[in-house]
Amino acid sequence: MFSSFIIKYAEIGVKGKNRYVFEDALVNQIKYSLMGSGTTYKVSKTPGRIFVDFEGEFDFDDVIERFKHVFGISGICPMVRVDNKAPEELYKDVIEYFDKVYPDKKKTFKVKARRANKGYPMDSMELNAEIGGQLLDAFPELTVDVHDPEIELVVEVRDKIYIYSETIPGPGGMPVGTNGKAMLLLSGGIDSPVAGYMISKRGVKIDAVYFHAPPYTSERAKQKVVDLARYVSKYSGPINLHVINFTDIQLYIYEKCPHEELTIIMRRYMMKIAEMIAEESECQGLITGESIGQVASQTTHSLLVTNEVCKLPVFRPLIGFDKEDIVAISKKIDTYETSIQPYEDCCTIFVAKHPVTKPNLGIIKKHEENLSEKIDDMVKEALDTREVLLIKRDN
Amino acid sequence: MEKTEIYLDNSATTRVYPEVANLMCKIMTEDYGNPSSMHTKGVEAEKYVLEAYKTIADVLKVKEKEIVFTSGGTESDNLALIGAAMANKRAGMHIITTKVEHPAILNTVAYLKDEGFEIDYLSVDKFGRISIDELKGKLRKDTIIVSIMHTNNEVGSLMPLEEAGKLIKSVNPACLFHVDAVQGFGKAVMPIKSANIDMLSFSGHKIHGPKGIGVLYVNEKVKIKPISYGGGQQKGLRNGTLNVPGIAGIGLAAKMISDNLSEKREKLYELKSFFLQEISKVDKVSINGCKKDENGEFLVKETAPHIINISVKGLRSEVMLHALEEKNIYVSAGSACSSHSKKESSTLKAMGATPDETDGALRISMSEFTTKKELETLIVELKAVIEKYGRFIRK
Repeated sequence: MFSSFIIKYAEIGVKGKNRYVFEDALVNQIKYSLMGSGTTYKVSKTPGRIFVDFEGEFDFDDVIERFKHVFGISGICPMVRVDNKAPEELYKDVIEYFDKVYPDKKKTFKVKARRANKGYPMDSMELNAEIGGQLLDAFPELTVDVHDPEIELVVEVRDKIYIYSETIPGPGGMPVGTNGKAMLLLSGGIDSPVAGYMISKRGVKIDAVYFHAPPYTSERAKQKVVDLARYVSKYSGPINLHVINFTDIQLYIYEKCPHEELTIIMRRYMMKIAEMIAEESECQGLITGESIGQVASQTTHSLLVTNEVCKLPVFRPLIGFDKEDIVAISKKIDTYETSIQPYEDCCTIFVAKHPVTKPNLGIIKKHEENLSEKIDDMVKEALDTREVLLIKRDN
Repeated sequence: MEKTEIYLDNSATTRVYPEVANLMCKIMTEDYGNPSSMHTKGVEAEKYVLEAYKTIADVLKVKEKEIVFTSGGTESDNLALIGAAMANKRAGMHIITTKVEHPAILNTVAYLKDEGFEIDYLSVDKFGRISIDELKGKLRKDTIIVSIMHTNNEVGSLMPLEEAGKLIKSVNPACLFHVDAVQGFGKAVMPIKSANIDMLSFSGHKIHGPKGIGVLYVNEKVKIKPISYGGGQQKGLRNGTLNVPGIAGIGLAAKMISDNLSEKREKLYELKSFFLQEISKVDKVSINGCKKDENGEFLVKETAPHIINISVKGLRSEVMLHALEEKNIYVSAGSACSSHSKKESSTLKAMGATPDETDGALRISMSEFTTKKELETLIVELKAVIEKYGRFIRK
């Protein structure tokens, strides 16, 4: 029965003269979210609101699910859209709407009519009174409460007439594309996809980099990262995923540096490479899934040492989160099941039994000098041979 | 350009014979009737099924009515064990199997244990073979089933089925002897009469036939109950519309793989001898499940012709497997427990292998299409992998 939606947005309403930028971005993201849905629809902007009108058959639940992936939407109102018609005909539609949406009639309500189309024979006040009376006649259990009703039924008369009363909460945040771009360091774990989701929620477009280490990590491990990126891209829009073959660098560090420092030095090179790709992709920052103290390489001392290689700001949205909070979000965004697939168990040779937890920057830098002979060439080689995959929602 | 691949994982699955694929394609697109239908379309389809019954009965040298088509090796094993256990439980509740069976057997007897049956497991020596003395000690008056595999799937050890079968029937003529021949069928003549085998399972996709089809031979004297119910097909023992393309496919594959079997076996044994001689010269490599005589020659004929299992010290199976995969060579991890879960049982573990040996085990399984040149390439590439990655061990 529903055929149109009002898309409500919150934060972007307050952005002054730049508002059209935000609205355009939101319209773009709404269109992206409906990609592959097989629907025919029209998106139109009116001050403060966006209308999406569908033509023909569509799957209501699927469309709502898609809108829930669009940052910037604070609420979704499903509406019944009818042709402009005489008031007597309209009352029937309103009564039918009410009957279907509220099987239980023991409710308080008020009618809020809006006549945008001034050619309509009744004005807003008259419509309020008349529709209210018709509903009371049809459903005697109803009571009117103009101050704090359980149901606020809106009848909006424009070119067409829209009837609605319910608002489904949207995801909030800001439309992607309104706040620049950042490079996500994406692994197959639980944290990094959540970090990408969170930064994307603030309107930041993201690209991602994955460090692949064949034969220590398998094709399945890479596929898992592609799958995770796809889940994130349902929210963030298309992601360029840069796959870096990191094996040679990893083995070189293994040969030249103390074993307990392997992870931290590896991470420094990952950040370095990620930053190079970020700059080239015109990103303003890096994103990681780090959370203080989660593992040896995420102590404040370790973060200091890995952070030191970057000039760009590093966004760490999970920095103060407990694991269970991160898990809760990963379940919400559907990445959890994929993240916990056990495909990455052969990298263990690179993990020291007792890695440093308080690395000293001076010492680490000194040990990195052992790499000076080949490392620059190896980094260049890794960048040159990278694979770039465009990841977007596939349905 | 098609890349040349070297497929040496034939114990996982095999490439379907083109003749089999063509036959199945014709059945699916032209002769697609249901053999249970009364019209000509049904009769046409039934012809393929009757032919397959005949072919398989001929290959096994048994009666057509003793053949049951199932969905694969796993279902054949389930039907044999559960069906016979339920039908014979008044005679006894004791079942004997081995520690090195496929999970299709081990998890089925675990289920029967929950249902009140008592299970005894035979151990194996360091070459993966059971001992007849141990079987003798465990056989009881109330033993109703003994299930022993023909060829071990991990290391290719051959079980002494004839001695076992004779012993079982001399101690307890009513006790049923089931053989899981999923890895053995098509690589050896099935000793059904000489080993007093009552039930024998095999699968289509291990013999260049399709996936989703298997056979259970059930001696006409065996008391057995169905484990699923339906339209009464296959004398009510295995209900469900006959999988005509699968049945025709496994029939033709069984015939093709059995043609010139002794020549094919000779060729595989030569290849296996060659490979073991060459690879055993490589530093860090040890051979699993194959004895040497006093001249240092491998006694390959005491093992399956097509399965080879080796261990490389200090290297993990997955790393080698993925490194070989980059060269388009496909092998598998040599131990079930190294692949995913450490808890899984493994033949190598039961043979007394060290953790180092199970972690670094590779299974190379050949088919009639395997060539000496392919094995030579594997040796070269495996040496290169050991050379490249052998020094990176966990510290």
